[in-house]
Order: sequence, then structure tokens, then C-alpha cells
Amino acid sequence: MSSKRPIRVLISKPGLDGHDKGAKIISRALKDAGMEVIYTGIRQTVDAILRTAIQEDVDVIGLSILSGTHLTICRELMEKMERQGIDDKIVTLGGIIPKKDVNRLMEFGIVKVFRPSDTISEITGFIEREVQRREK
Amino acid sequence: MVEDLKETNTGVKVKLFYGPEDMAHFEHKTSLGNPGQYPYTRGIYPTMYRGKLWTMRQYAGFSTSENTNSRFKYLLDQGQTGLSLALDLPTQLGMDSNDPRAKDDVGKLGVAIDTLRDMEGIFDEIPLDKISTSFTINSTASIILAMYVATAEKQGVEPSKLRGTVQNDIIKEYIARGTQIFPPEPSIRLIGDTIEYCTEHAPRFNSVSVSGTHICECGATPTQGIAYPFLTGIAYLQEVLDRGYEADDIAPLFSFHLICGGVQFNFFQEIAKLRAARRLWAKIMKERFHAQNEKSMWLKFSTGGMGGGMTEQQPLNNISRISFYALAAALAGSRSMNLPCFDEAYAIPTDEAIRTSLRIQQIIAHEIGIPDVVDPLGGSYYVECLTDYFEGEIEAEMERIDSLGGILRCVEDGTIQKQLANQAYHVQKEFESGELTKVGVNRFQIDEEDRELEVFEVDPETLSRQIDRLERIKAERDNQKVGNALEALKKAAVARKNLMPYILDAVKVYTTIGEIIGRLKEVYGEAEQSSIF
Repeated sequence: MSSKRPIRVLISKPGLDGHDKGAKIISRALKDAGMEVIYTGIRQTVDAILRTAIQEDVDVIGLSILSGTHLTICRELMEKMERQGIDDKIVTLGGIIPKKDVNRLMEFGIVKVFRPSDTISEITGFIEREVQRREK
Repeated sequence: MVEDLKETNTGVKVKLFYGPEDMAHFEHKTSLGNPGQYPYTRGIYPTMYRGKLWTMRQYAGFSTSENTNSRFKYLLDQGQTGLSLALDLPTQLGMDSNDPRAKDDVGKLGVAIDTLRDMEGIFDEIPLDKISTSFTINSTASIILAMYVATAEKQGVEPSKLRGTVQNDIIKEYIARGTQIFPPEPSIRLIGDTIEYCTEHAPRFNSVSVSGTHICECGATPTQGIAYPFLTGIAYLQEVLDRGYEADDIAPLFSFHLICGGVQFNFFQEIAKLRAARRLWAKIMKERFHAQNEKSMWLKFSTGGMGGGMTEQQPLNNISRISFYALAAALAGSRSMNLPCFDEAYAIPTDEAIRTSLRIQQIIAHEIGIPDVVDPLGGSYYVECLTDYFEGEIEAEMERIDSLGGILRCVEDGTIQKQLANQAYHVQKEFESGELTKVGVNRFQIDEEDRELEVFEVDPETLSRQIDRLERIKAERDNQKVGNALEALKKAAVARKNLMPYILDAVKVYTTIGEIIGRLKEVYGEAEQSSIF
């Protein structure tokens, strides 16, 4: 990794929910792990997230959703990514996500759903490994 | 050898034990007084829970007015004594259900309200002079309050008979909760308008519930969880004092919603912190604002929030955590409790989880003797020393923020947001390193099977039903009247008049929340979003 650019991550909160402590903690943790992190702030539309993801040329999009709107938002996001030909980016999700929804989210193309019990070191570790794996 | 000083989980240094030598400065009359006596350390009422138990409220409100109405009837039937209404995010942000930005959120975290018709449905057959209702609503509080008043009017109930609370606390939205719509200055003016309205017309309705819970969930320390709401409350108070009122005209309508539990919970400290808060608020009101009426000096607070203390692992452990939060709140003299639910880390709480939290309150109230004696920890060497300690800490934090330009300035420039994000990050790291213990999470773990608790499901038809209703109302209402009401509202906003009468006129002719907010945005502009982390 040393010769390459750092991993670039976009952290975002789609939908209307404004509770972003988790998103901020993760942004900070990824930054401390040496990644370049852009946090969009709250109340982002899917289109705005994708615009920023392209502009900033990120490797990873991390979504934080606590309001129960994850299924519709993630489906829209993944469909639009495919249409725009940027579905090579890794998309992860965290928040209050019922376990029964995880399989459907993975079918949409979400690479990983993090749970309240996952630690920040697990999350940063996963992202590092996943980006490396794809670069091989 | 046991060291004398130990740092607790909240970073307070405590001795091995406390005794009379720690109480040299303690003077019963000035430090404590009896319950119901200045400085109200022991409670604001002389008889406290013997006279009246705390109000037992659990947060509820689902999808549409019909569902919420039946949920409310169920809760009242179960012995709940107050209602707490959760509103969906579009309603909190002033968007109608047919707004394209709202589509994923309609009816999700609470009930959708577009027009007065929804409010009428929520309280159908629930007599508004007999209950108290708490609304978790901020940016659109003036509109929701107006709809509640209009609904009561249709039931033949005067505003003066209404009891309840609108949260109506915008400053913490910029810090922690994120439902701000307008920039701070006009937002605070609107809060002033609702306070003025309630003072004149609905004196039993708490027009502001300054909230310390969200900022604590967001990283504020227990001390900051009192200091910031106090500074915020003072800012709102000042807004109305500047309109020519006296503190005694308005301060009795203020209430606070404070955390008792959550991520940074220490049983005795939480009790001491709340006792200290009561004493300090009384002093501030008396000495700084020259209040004469004792009701102005009363720190009326409910306790709630605390979902951040709930764990996904071994979720039944949460029931015992909730019990300790509730016990601490009762020992601290909370007037109203709203507890988290054990399945909080999974989804929106189910009936069973909500009922369990209500039962915890009922066990404390009716089964184990807690309400028999007021302030049972009063006089404890430890608790009194801690109470003094927290009073000093809270005061010092308030002074620090004032020296940085005040709460509004520190929110506008992001100082507070940055600080809380930083603190939250460090607390999280301390849990992950094991420096702080969370049972079942970083100690005493078990291999858990993949557990799937029953999850509350939102009716998928909610959005279309809500949009149908909205369109029907828009077709049936007198659009001429709506147009006139909106025009009058805008003119009043430009002229900086109190907007409550204009909002009341608008909601009565079924103007939507989105229309009202849209018109005000033309005058006020919109809040900037922050992406500091």
C-alpha cells in the first residue's frame, strides 16, 4: 500500500435522519487509520451522494441509516451505481439494521452491513482488507 | 493497599468513603432545605411522589393517525398517564408526505402529520382536557402546537385546559439531532412566539422542553448534559424577556428533558447531578433573573433518552440497565420518565418492549416502596458531596462556554459539535480497549446465536394512504382561504410579528405543514448543514 494513494472513503447519511454520532465516529476512526475521509453531513439524497462519490473518486461509500429506511435507499443507490457504471465502488452500511434485512441488502450489492456490536477496529480492518483484495 | 482516590467510569475522582469531615461547608438550610423549599435540592414539591407519582410515558407514534390513535388508547388502557407522540421525520422537517425527499421516511419513526386532519385523527375520542401530551417536535413545534389547539377547540376544550409539552428546543438540533430548518436567529424567534402564546393562552402547557438527552447520546458529558440545556434555556428566556416580559411571566412554563442513564451512566453521580441541577437552576433564576415566583425557580424535568446505553449483545441485560436508570431517576425526583426499550439496538421497539419499560416504572412506583419518602438519599455524605461537586462543574462549564461567546456562537461556529464528536470518539475507544466496562460487550461475553428479535414493521401502505389523504384534503379545502392565510403569515414574518395567530389561522383551514414552512423559508432562508467530524 505504501506507494499507492491512501484509501478514499465517503461517509454519508442518506434520508432525513439527523443522528450522526456514529457516522462521525466512523469518519474519525477511518481517518485515524490513515484513510482520506469525506463526510457529507446529514440529509443527503442518493443522487447527491453519487455525485460526491464520483467527484471525490472514492473507493468506498459508507452509509449510516438509523431510521428504518435502509431497504429503499440502498436499492435506489445500488441501481443507480450500476446504471452509472460505478458499481466497482465498495458500499457498506451501518446503523440499526434488522438481521432479516441483511441478505436482501447483500443481494442489492451492499458488501457489508455493520451492526451496533461491531467495533471501530473491525470496521477499519474490514475496509482495508476489502480494498486490498480488490486491488489484487 | 486500596488507594483513597479512584476515578469512576465518568472520570470523577471519588474517595473510599465519605464522612462528616467532608461536610464542613454543608449547611442544611442553604444546601438542601426541605422538599418544596428553596433551593429545591430535595425536590420541587413538598410531598413529591406521595402527592403525585411521576408521569409514565413511553414514546409512541406509528405511521398514520389511525394506528397512533389505537396505540394511544391501548397505552391509556394499560395505565399510562401521559401520551408521548413521535412524529415522522418529514413532519419534523416541515415536508409534506408527497414531497419527493420524504418518500422513504413517511410514517417511519412516528406518525405523519400533513394537516389538521391528521391531528384530529390521532386524538379522536381522546379528551384533550383529561390527558397530557408530550410532542417531540422542534423546528415545526409552532405548527404542531397550533394543530393541537385547533383539535382541542373542535372538542370544545379551551387552550387554557391543555396540558403537555412541545420540545421546541432548536439549539440542540444544530448540535445533535439534525432537524433544523431555518438559521438559528429566526428559529429562536419562533420559539419566543410559542412561549409568548402559551403564556397568554395556554398557561398549563409547557412551551419548551430544553433537552439534554440528545447531546449526551452524542458525546456530551453528564456535566455538559446539564450545562448546555441551561445555557439554551437562558437563551430562550432572554429572547422573551427582550420582548418586555418578566422572568416570572414565562419561566414557570419551562421544562427540561434530562438524561438519567445512557452511555456514561454512574448511578449515584446521575442522582447527584440532577439534584445539583435543581439547586443551581433555582439560584440562577432567583439571583440572576430576579424571579420571585417559586414556580420560576423550579427545575421541572423529565428524564429520558438513553437508547445509547442499550446493547445489541445479550439484549435482555438491557432490562436491568433500564431498571437502574429508572431507579436513579426516581431517587433524583424526576417528574416524568420515558425509558429506552430493550430491543432498541434492533429496530423501533415492539409492543412487548415498550410494555416492559412501562412495567419497570410501575414496579418502582407500586411494588418496592420507592415513592414513600422524598429524596431518600438526602444527607448521604457521598451524595451530598457529589451534588456540590456537580453544581460546581456545571457552573464552570457554563462560564467556559459564555467566555467563548455563548452557546449560540459555539453552535454556529461548530465548537460544541466538534468537541462532542471528539468526546464520543474517545468514549467509544475506551469501550473498545476495555478501559470502560460494558457487560456482555467487552466482558462476560457469550457466544451468541444469531438472534432475531421480533421487529416492529411499518405498514408498507402508509405512504400511499397518507398521500391519498393529503390529496383529498387539498381538493376539498377552500384554497382561497389557504392562500390568504399563507400571504398573511408571510407578511407577519417579514414584519417580525408573533406568528402564532397566523399559524393558527392557517392550520384551521387545512394548510399543510409543507406550505407553511415553504412560505417561511422565503423569508428566513435555510440552515446550513455541517459536515465537521
